[in-house]
Amino acid sequence: MTTKRSPEPFVWLLFSSGGMVTALLVPVLLFLFGVAFPLGLLPAPDHAYLASVVSHPITLLVLFGLCVLALFHWAHRFRYTLYDGLQLKKYSVPITIFCYGGAVVGSIIAAIVLLRAL
Amino acid sequence: MSTGNAVGGEPPLYRPPVSLTWWLRNPSYLLFVLRELSCVFIAWFVVYLLMLVYAVSSGRAAYQEFLDLSANPLVVILNVIALAFVVLHAVTWFGLAPKAMVLRLGALRVPPTVILAAHYGAWLVVSAIVAWVILR
Repeated sequence: MTTKRSPEPFVWLLFSSGGMVTALLVPVLLFLFGVAFPLGLLPAPDHAYLASVVSHPITLLVLFGLCVLALFHWAHRFRYTLYDGLQLKKYSVPITIFCYGGAVVGSIIAAIVLLRAL
Repeated sequence: MSTGNAVGGEPPLYRPPVSLTWWLRNPSYLLFVLRELSCVFIAWFVVYLLMLVYAVSSGRAAYQEFLDLSANPLVVILNVIALAFVVLHAVTWFGLAPKAMVLRLGALRVPPTVILAAHYGAWLVVSAIVAWVILR
């Protein structure tokens, strides 16, 4: 008899790392670029400076890690939100494919966009 | 987050039906659902961040278009709501950390308040570094 291993610990690890990285990085980034600059609370950085920051390999590596882990964090949590919140456990196969498949596709798009900025 | 079923096969148990609005019955259920919904706004942030990077790497004009789009009242409202959810995520995430992490120094357990304070300290330091890099 073979033991069927559950992928649950692996996806939970991605969920958990994503939860930590997003909790540390997303509030400040969203505050600056989503609220403070648009409302004029702080002056937005000029293009030449921001382009030099964004094209730096370390920035791109951090942003790629953030995007991938944030997407897998979304995938795992959203999957259970649909199961529990909307009582959709019976559709678990399409939900699982949609969530983790979405995270994989999103990660590929993130890699393309970030490599373009290098 | 977790469900009661073991992998493979439903146990032959009677399960009373749960209403679709179970999470409105109790404030702590509502907070749980709001916390879980924060992930949708995290996904939106990834989209917004990639739009920003794409615009910056496309040139000055594209960056200005992004700044104009981000100042659109609907986008600002969406981002203010997203920021509230992201902060809810961060606060509840760090709040759980002392329960999830049991650190020992020799025979002594590191007090939960120290672990909580360390997470908030890390949040402050990371936010300050990011703001410093962006604002110079």
